[in-house]
Amino acid sequence: MDGINSLRNGPDEHGRFGIYGGRFVAETLMPLILDLERHYRAAKTDPAYQAELQNLATHYTGRPSPLYFAERLTQHLGGAKVWLKREELNHTGSHKINNCLGQILLAKRMGKTRVIAETGAGQHGVATATVCAKFDLPCTIFMGATDVERQAPNVLRMKMLGAEVRPVTAGAGTLKDAMNEALRDWVTNVESTYYLIGTAAGPHPYPEMVRDFQSVIGTELKAQFQEAEGRLPDAVVACVGGGSNAIGTFHAFLDDADVALYGAEAGGHGIDVENGHAASMTGGRPGVLHGNRTYLLQDADGQILEGHSISAGLDYPGVGPEHSWLHDTQRVTYVPITDKEALEAFQLLTRTEGIIPALESAHGLAQVMKLAPTLDKDQSVVLCLSGRGDKDVESVGKYLGLLNS
Amino acid sequence: MTTRIDRRFAALKAENRPALVTFVMAGDPDLPTGQAILNALPQAGADVIELGMPFSDPMADGVAIQLGGQRALASGQTLTGVLGMVEEFRRKDETTPIVLMGYYNPIYIYGVDRFLADATQAGVDGLIVVDLPPEEDEELCLPALKAGINFIRLTTPTTDDRRLPTVLANTSGFVYYVSMTGVTGAAIKSRGAVGEAVDRIKAHTDLPVAVGFGIKTADDAADIGRHADGIVVGSVLVDAVGKSLDEGRATERTVAAVRDIVADLAQGVRRARQ
Repeated sequence: MDGINSLRNGPDEHGRFGIYGGRFVAETLMPLILDLERHYRAAKTDPAYQAELQNLATHYTGRPSPLYFAERLTQHLGGAKVWLKREELNHTGSHKINNCLGQILLAKRMGKTRVIAETGAGQHGVATATVCAKFDLPCTIFMGATDVERQAPNVLRMKMLGAEVRPVTAGAGTLKDAMNEALRDWVTNVESTYYLIGTAAGPHPYPEMVRDFQSVIGTELKAQFQEAEGRLPDAVVACVGGGSNAIGTFHAFLDDADVALYGAEAGGHGIDVENGHAASMTGGRPGVLHGNRTYLLQDADGQILEGHSISAGLDYPGVGPEHSWLHDTQRVTYVPITDKEALEAFQLLTRTEGIIPALESAHGLAQVMKLAPTLDKDQSVVLCLSGRGDKDVESVGKYLGLLNS
Repeated sequence: MTTRIDRRFAALKAENRPALVTFVMAGDPDLPTGQAILNALPQAGADVIELGMPFSDPMADGVAIQLGGQRALASGQTLTGVLGMVEEFRRKDETTPIVLMGYYNPIYIYGVDRFLADATQAGVDGLIVVDLPPEEDEELCLPALKAGINFIRLTTPTTDDRRLPTVLANTSGFVYYVSMTGVTGAAIKSRGAVGEAVDRIKAHTDLPVAVGFGIKTADDAADIGRHADGIVVGSVLVDAVGKSLDEGRATERTVAAVRDIVADLAQGVRRARQ
């Protein structure tokens, strides 16, 4: 257990990180959420559950993911050494599988017979469809109609894995709308259905639970960096949509005051463009949506804005509540990265290291590109490379004019 | 302290009939027509009015009410505008209770204290806030009770006997039993089960129990109203607004469409116990 002054003790018994988090859900869902919390508490201390999860992480996901020194990128940027935590090498191509395995085992323990999930970029949808195939549970994935179009390869993968993909046309047809529709389905089928939330947001205990499942990223990273360099890194960077890879990366470092932590939010067309970005902390204010209090993009009347990002996975007007708290306490520095900067980063990593990053992760890389040159050559920056960019090659190709239409 | 809601339910109990609780979306399809619909409800036979506060992300609502909310927002509705509608209504009607129904974020952004003061001033009697379960009572429920505004809680088929006391603890005005697990506007599954559920809730509270979700016709109203102290109708009214429109605009049928359905339902509640 961490000390009383640790930043790693949240949430409290009400599911709060400071004023953020909570359980803002319809009464229909409340008994289920309390039940989920009980099951999660029991599983957390059950050696059999932990052993099964560990075994799957090793042999199914392929953990630990490597910590890779990006030598050519480092030379190119001309400053601190740049390291990549290679979550994109996990089975299914992103960090999302870490959480899905933890939750599917819980769903089984709870006797649920059907799984639903929301997805933006489709990474979480693919990971959910994957574990549902493996554990033989029917699953329905809610995905905004806009995202269905811009992330077509992932839609195909989900269908091949046996999932039903339900396009959501409400609103702008992005992640927020998919989450609304998933919640409506859950309220309707609450007895049979497990809602496998993909990010560290939503009603308590989801933010805590998803963080715990993703914390393996930072825990491994810390040990691997210690092994490689014999100390802690100077800075750690991750992209933030809902923020599951970021909180999983940061959590192990929260009490290490010498390690600077940076979260890259989706700056879209620019933070000054109204409704033209998805940077909820830089450009929003606290409100209540999807079960938790957190920073949200909203108008003066408390209506939620759609936001915009080139990256479907970051195109969400909110963020996980623990990030909101880390933003207020200034332990983590959140910075907006524009679409354009992310595209440049996408190309740079592809050309210098032969690694095609997901557009989401490219936002984190863009922050590394700004940061590394300001640091000394003996310092180190680690980026959580949360996902691979195979799904994005077509849409990036269009932006770059490599494809007609 | 008795409220308009308490007095209305007491009066209907004396008449031995259930209350007709009608939900409309404030400012649907546009602000003046929305006001005309609201003003017409008591005379058409509504005993209690639920007035929807539109929200961009109505997670517990089905398509009909989602669309009603979108129409209201598109016509420029705000929470200030909703309170203004109540104030206008109160110029002519001092007795029909009005309950505002919606989601928490617009109230949170308006500011809880300011909202309660302005709602009291406007003549609001109760609140139903879908995403505030008892676990979050300190947010709005307790301040509302202190301000003399009823906080009406939803109970659902998933609220078992163990949880029911928690849900009822700070509930006042009436209890809203959601007849099924689902979003607004879906079809009711088993009427027998609804009667049992109402009896189960009544074993825990002296408050009136109104049943909503899935009630569409006068026959539904008569049938459910045999057991319940009130029946709530919403989606069918909001849907009628939608169907009356011509290229998205109100027509001369719009107010009448709602009024006619309410009048029909009013017949239903009046024959419920005959």
